[in-house]
Amino acid sequence: MTGIGKRFGSVWVLREASMDIHAGEVHVLAGENGAGKSTFIKILAGVYRDYEGSIAFNGQPVRPESPHQAAALGVAVIHQELSLIPSMSVADNLFLGQPITRFGFVDGPAQHTRAREWLDPLGINISPARLVEDLPVGAQQLIEIAKAVGRQARVLVMDEPTSALSQPEVEKLFSLIAALKRRGCGILYITHKMEEIERIADRLTVLRDGQRVGSAPAAEMKTDRLIRLMIGRDIEAQFPRHAPHPGPVRLRLDNVSVCPDGPRTPPAACNITLEVRAGEILGIGGLQGSGASELLTGIFGGYGDTVTGSISLDGKPFSPRAPRRAIESGIALLTHDRKATGLILSLSITANATLAGLPALSPGGWRNPNRERAATQSLASTLKLRAASLDMPAGELSGGNQQKVVLAKWLQAKPRLLLLDEPTRGIDIGAKRDIYQLMDRLTAEGIAILLITSEMTELLAMSDRLIVMHRGRITAELTRAEATPETVLAAAMGRIKEKAAG
Amino acid sequence: MIKPTPKWLLSPAGRALAALLLVVALGLVFNADGAFFKLGTHRDTLRQASTYGILACGMTLVIVAGGIDLAVGSVLAVVSVAFSLMTIHGGWSPWLAIPLCLLLGAACGGVSGGLAAWCRVQPFIATLAMMVFARGLAKTISGGMKVSTAVQNTDGTYRYVDVPPVFRAIDSRVLSENLSMVTVIFAVCAIIAWLALSRHRWGRYLQAIGGNEEAARLSGVPVNMAKLAAYMACGLLAAVAGLCQAAQEQQGDPEAGAGYELTAIAMVVIGGTHLMGGRGGILLTLIGTLTIGYLDKILSINAVPESRRLMLTAVIIVAAVLTQRHRRV
Repeated sequence: MTGIGKRFGSVWVLREASMDIHAGEVHVLAGENGAGKSTFIKILAGVYRDYEGSIAFNGQPVRPESPHQAAALGVAVIHQELSLIPSMSVADNLFLGQPITRFGFVDGPAQHTRAREWLDPLGINISPARLVEDLPVGAQQLIEIAKAVGRQARVLVMDEPTSALSQPEVEKLFSLIAALKRRGCGILYITHKMEEIERIADRLTVLRDGQRVGSAPAAEMKTDRLIRLMIGRDIEAQFPRHAPHPGPVRLRLDNVSVCPDGPRTPPAACNITLEVRAGEILGIGGLQGSGASELLTGIFGGYGDTVTGSISLDGKPFSPRAPRRAIESGIALLTHDRKATGLILSLSITANATLAGLPALSPGGWRNPNRERAATQSLASTLKLRAASLDMPAGELSGGNQQKVVLAKWLQAKPRLLLLDEPTRGIDIGAKRDIYQLMDRLTAEGIAILLITSEMTELLAMSDRLIVMHRGRITAELTRAEATPETVLAAAMGRIKEKAAG
Repeated sequence: MIKPTPKWLLSPAGRALAALLLVVALGLVFNADGAFFKLGTHRDTLRQASTYGILACGMTLVIVAGGIDLAVGSVLAVVSVAFSLMTIHGGWSPWLAIPLCLLLGAACGGVSGGLAAWCRVQPFIATLAMMVFARGLAKTISGGMKVSTAVQNTDGTYRYVDVPPVFRAIDSRVLSENLSMVTVIFAVCAIIAWLALSRHRWGRYLQAIGGNEEAARLSGVPVNMAKLAAYMACGLLAAVAGLCQAAQEQQGDPEAGAGYELTAIAMVVIGGTHLMGGRGGILLTLIGTLTIGYLDKILSINAVPESRRLMLTAVIIVAAVLTQRHRRV
């Protein structure tokens, strides 16, 4: 693909972008959210017809005009949402649209045999007769890939294929990718995860703001350089974390367990013991299902009275019962889904930003709109919130600005302890940096922060200390110096770190 | 070149106002030989709309919080019966009867609100149950009969008692006969409801709950208490409407108020308050109340029979709601 350009209206989302995919290699396309990766693969897959530049396939110029034509050329895209039909069998799905027939009827046994011929060489050990809905997501994805390969796909596009997979499933996927490489398939692989890039990439192309900013064999593209290319500046500039000056212990958890669904259900977080000091950022690493999110919600009282163990806040015992009480005690929780649990999208920026601090802003119950506006105005400028008007509904803002409204709400409540659950999920890179700077400033003012993030670079760069959780338990406690992607990941997968002697 | 829609027309209040102006324009054209220009016509329009308007104010509080209260018509009936029993038959002082009646209304709302908030019964179901229960209560305490100034003696004969002064006071006119007392009561209720919803912390809580209950809870909003208070206020306002109804009819009718809840909901929705909660306000409801009130009056002074008035009202409700639909630009 050479000189690919695409614009929506007057905005170029992709400009002069080029890459080539060789047979038998994994070419990773990297870039931050909004860098143009999705647009790039949609052009390759024939979703967009009006673009600039040219595509050549085996040396022949082509111009796929529909996903169907792209598939006929041998380009298959494995989407994050799977396109299999859950209520049908594996074999029926493999031959969907082109069934093997006999006298006009689907020939079940023949399909079955043929399905085995497709699955076995790829090392996929799943009976063709099973219903797709009975298979785990990882297995469904393997079936999808087998379907593409069976239909003579020469180029496979995988868009963050591991986002919904468990670790063993990821391993299976990687061995399948190795098998595909041996068969001469070219693979265009999109991922955010550094450890995946290190494991499977043969070559790398980095997009930033719709342009190709770098392309090199994986061996020449080390993590530092990759991140620098992706974010356009050095890691230190993106993550402004000054040396912390930890104060007294702000929050202490002793054997805390959280059972979100009630006292007699299995705990999501179990026997957690930790402490966070004033002015410190404690990062919590972990994969999906680690229980970190539930732990924070539990401390905040989001599940009501379902937390056992002892919690102390500034040395005084604290028992979480309801968010209201937690807020009064100086705790704030930024939830990981701002649209579902963070914002009232229909209400104005001001209404949202003052919601948690309303008792203090309206003594005696009567609100003072001028005072609310002034308070919101000053927070908006601190947070670099960009909005046409503070009376705008929060739902009309971009993701980054929405997140700043949530932050404004919590700063308005004057917290001593800030629980941040994925504070930068789905927001642009500039807003991310604003939020990192804010975190740094808040800790300088003596606020303690507990940070959950699934972005490894963010976790390592922003945390002063780290704990890693796996299935509700702490599997590692690391200092900033000890923490590396490898140590964190190993613990996140459940490998418990050997205690050093002594 | 199409002219862009003027900005004031894009706001909910602007659109609601446009609908009201349209209805008033209708009255200017079909003025029934000048009847529309008489002050008395407007006084009566407002008087008739006031009872509904009081209900609609309470309904707005509940709907903004994402709920609904179907019981207001029945609560109105219970209160009008109880008020008549106390003052006409019992000869109680209004200073005792009125607080008791307001308490009764608030208690009915409190039960619905408690069921909806703590027991997580859907508001539609909880208030439907209260609607049936309150109607039954009204019939029980009245013995199924209208409670009027004709009081039955023990020997089965009737004697007539005077209409209590409090009835006459509520049904009086002020400003040299130019404004009904019930309209004044409605205005006071509307002002209090507006203050509560737009200027008090509680009103903001209701909007937040209606917009996103879980986010509101996680922001420290006392969700259950706020909801309970909304239903109690709605019941209280239904009781006020019940007092007015009893005074105007000079009797307590256990069948009164049937279907009033739907008119009140229609007024709220025509004003532009979202039935799903989160957006809306008392000013919008005022406009909606006037729109339906005037529409009804204009049709009736033009001698449109009730059967056709109902059908026309339905068409206009749909038209108004369609034009107000929230458009994503």
